[in-house]
Amino acid sequence: MRLLTHNMLSSNIKGVTNGFPLRIEIEKVVEKQVEFNPDFLKNMFPKIEWKALVNASHSMGYVELPEEVEPSRLDSEDFLHKFHHALLELHLEEGALVCPETGRRFPVSKGIPNMLLHEDEV
Amino acid sequence: MKLKQLEGHLGGLQQFSNPKVELEQYPTGPHIASRMLFTAENSFGDVSGKVVADFGCGCGTLGVAAALLGAEQVIGIDIDAQSLEIAAENAEDLELDMDFIQCNIKNLGWRASVVDTVVMNPPFGTRNKGADMDFLSVALKVASQAVYSLHKTSTRDHVKRAALQNFSASSAEVICELRYDVPQLYKFHKKREVDIAVDLWRFVPRSI
Repeated sequence: MRLLTHNMLSSNIKGVTNGFPLRIEIEKVVEKQVEFNPDFLKNMFPKIEWKALVNASHSMGYVELPEEVEPSRLDSEDFLHKFHHALLELHLEEGALVCPETGRRFPVSKGIPNMLLHEDEV
Repeated sequence: MKLKQLEGHLGGLQQFSNPKVELEQYPTGPHIASRMLFTAENSFGDVSGKVVADFGCGCGTLGVAAALLGAEQVIGIDIDAQSLEIAAENAEDLELDMDFIQCNIKNLGWRASVVDTVVMNPPFGTRNKGADMDFLSVALKVASQAVYSLHKTSTRDHVKRAALQNFSASSAEVICELRYDVPQLYKFHKKREVDIAVDLWRFVPRSI
């Protein structure tokens, strides 16, 4: 699972009001190179919750993203490469996503998070 | 990529080894899937460079088609772990990077605005009434650009009304009518193969 996907997923347990962002627990991270597409990144930037991406990439062991970022940084090739790497090339392969409000763990196995809810959580 | 090439790739995908009737698991055939995504890309520009989600992806046919046509990120979502495993293998065989999530579409917790396009071949709701409309309702919340979906032609008026009135779509158009050949997958199927008429829809969600 890429951090782009993490950036949109939230915990949808009944009664939870703030299920975003899910905390990441790591057992295994893999990196897969993908083609660099600056136009896509510029288009995605305004849709991304930046703080969630920074924290998620930190928990994956990548600390190159700045905490705060101005849209003008998108002109910097160096910044775009870092953004690209964090958003699209880091994969949570094994571990868990944890609901920030209830602490409920959603296991991630072979890169696939299991977000199925129990009957009493719906 | 040409339509024939796309259809050829999709024809080589693994399908359900043990389909589950309660989930209405029917493979989306390469003929329909290739035309659906080809139209989305070539007539509307909704695939290449976009974030595409495949709802109820099953073995991943529609998502794979989106990835082959240049989607920047494809996310397949299904309730069934076995299907997702096959879908992940299909993606890997074609060296496509796709993400998968195991989730009931009805309970999907998702920020809007990140996904551009949703593609889906939802359960038609013959076993689980209303399942198709549950899918459509969530799809129109998640997608920011367009939703492509297949529905039985016999439900056309109902689908249109639900999309426009209940789910606030700004448009709902049938792009074409297709024949969906349902192979004899389950014991209750009496005929070897039947054709049903399905509509390929394009919905535009309410602008955010």
